[in-house]
Amino acid sequence: MDGAGGDSIVKTVEEIKAAIEAAVPGAGVTVVHNGSPSGQHSLRIEPEHAVEVATFLRDDAELALDFLSNVTGVDFLDKEVSEKIKVTRPVTKTVDGLEQTVEETVEETRKHVEPGYLEAVYHLFSVAKKHGPVVLRMRTRNRSDEVELPSLTPIWRSAEFQEREVFDLYGIVFKGHPDLRRLLMWDEFKDHPMRRDYVEPDDYEYEPTPHDKVLARAQAHKAAAAAGEEKA
Amino acid sequence: MAVDEGLKIELGKQGVFVTTIEELYNWGRRSSIWPMQFGLACCAIEMIATTMARYDLARFGSEVFRPSPRQADLMIISGTVTKKMAPQVVRLYNQMAEPRYVIAMGACAISGGPFKQGYNVLKGIDRYIPVDVHIPGCPPRPEALIQAFMTLQKKIDGQALTGEDRPRHLNAEAQGEFPVPVQGEHDLEPTSNPGVWTVPVVIR
Repeated sequence: MDGAGGDSIVKTVEEIKAAIEAAVPGAGVTVVHNGSPSGQHSLRIEPEHAVEVATFLRDDAELALDFLSNVTGVDFLDKEVSEKIKVTRPVTKTVDGLEQTVEETVEETRKHVEPGYLEAVYHLFSVAKKHGPVVLRMRTRNRSDEVELPSLTPIWRSAEFQEREVFDLYGIVFKGHPDLRRLLMWDEFKDHPMRRDYVEPDDYEYEPTPHDKVLARAQAHKAAAAAGEEKA
Repeated sequence: MAVDEGLKIELGKQGVFVTTIEELYNWGRRSSIWPMQFGLACCAIEMIATTMARYDLARFGSEVFRPSPRQADLMIISGTVTKKMAPQVVRLYNQMAEPRYVIAMGACAISGGPFKQGYNVLKGIDRYIPVDVHIPGCPPRPEALIQAFMTLQKKIDGQALTGEDRPRHLNAEAQGEFPVPVQGEHDLEPTSNPGVWTVPVVIR
């Protein structure tokens, strides 16, 4: 927020990282750089040590990050990565009328899927020391069955409703949360609407002033309805 | 049968008051419409302003906002109806006694408004309950709500007590209870009440 303010910076992210690693052995903190003018770099912490790290950040006399202002989620889809690799392999060829096995370098395109993940982002401030934000991130293993992260509600009470919201809209399950229920949607609801692959219900039957994406959806709905009528 | 206006005035001068049951009945109905005291979003702030001294909705007979649906005649849908709230709104409407009226106030209540394509917003409350007056605006000014109120009064005044178009509470066959939508796994079920709302024909 006040990154350029100079005296508002108690410690840089690198210094905070060093302090965390000194206090919590094996914490495994990664600095995620932000290239924008705001330069709001963040610290990615490993979920296994998250509670210890958070306790340290809150209780450390120098940092005293006593206020959690914001918790949010980010969704990263599974990514198909294709890369070109040079492979050397034996090829049988006819050279000068003789069959020979020659080593040849061939370029090959390999594709593999990098699993996506969900991220929880925490913005911390210090009211006592008047600095912040310090941005914490945590990643889940994937976005289907291993979506558990430790809850930071026991450390900062203000995380309670915001973690519920992240659970509701992104589907991150916070272990250790005192009351993890949906917050905005109803209990029977199955989807997570802020995920990037969320499929919304097809309720475009009446769009009096459609434009852009809504126009496309309305036309798709109309076509689907017409096809359904023809079948029936 | 309506009484000739000129004759009525002449008789009034002589101290004779002539009217019809229909006129008297509708005058009573339209002059004491008590709204239900509940708000859904920012339109509710304008609704509250309408009831306060500057705009003073009480001048039109809506003297007091009732905190119970049993005592209220008018439901002002003042704001965004979310899919989570919609069943409760329909249930409240079901709990109101006839005669009852509905004003859908503002862009959200009539169509979903700026949140129409949101995953959590109902595209207009008229999909589930019959609406008497729609007011556009985001939010509508208090004058607009007063205008809607006067439109509703005119509508009540013009109603015949017998015949096909008689008010719902005088028609034993009229639908009294409206089905409350169920919150399903992906959306409300059903997504609209076909007895109340059908897809309007768009004329371009």
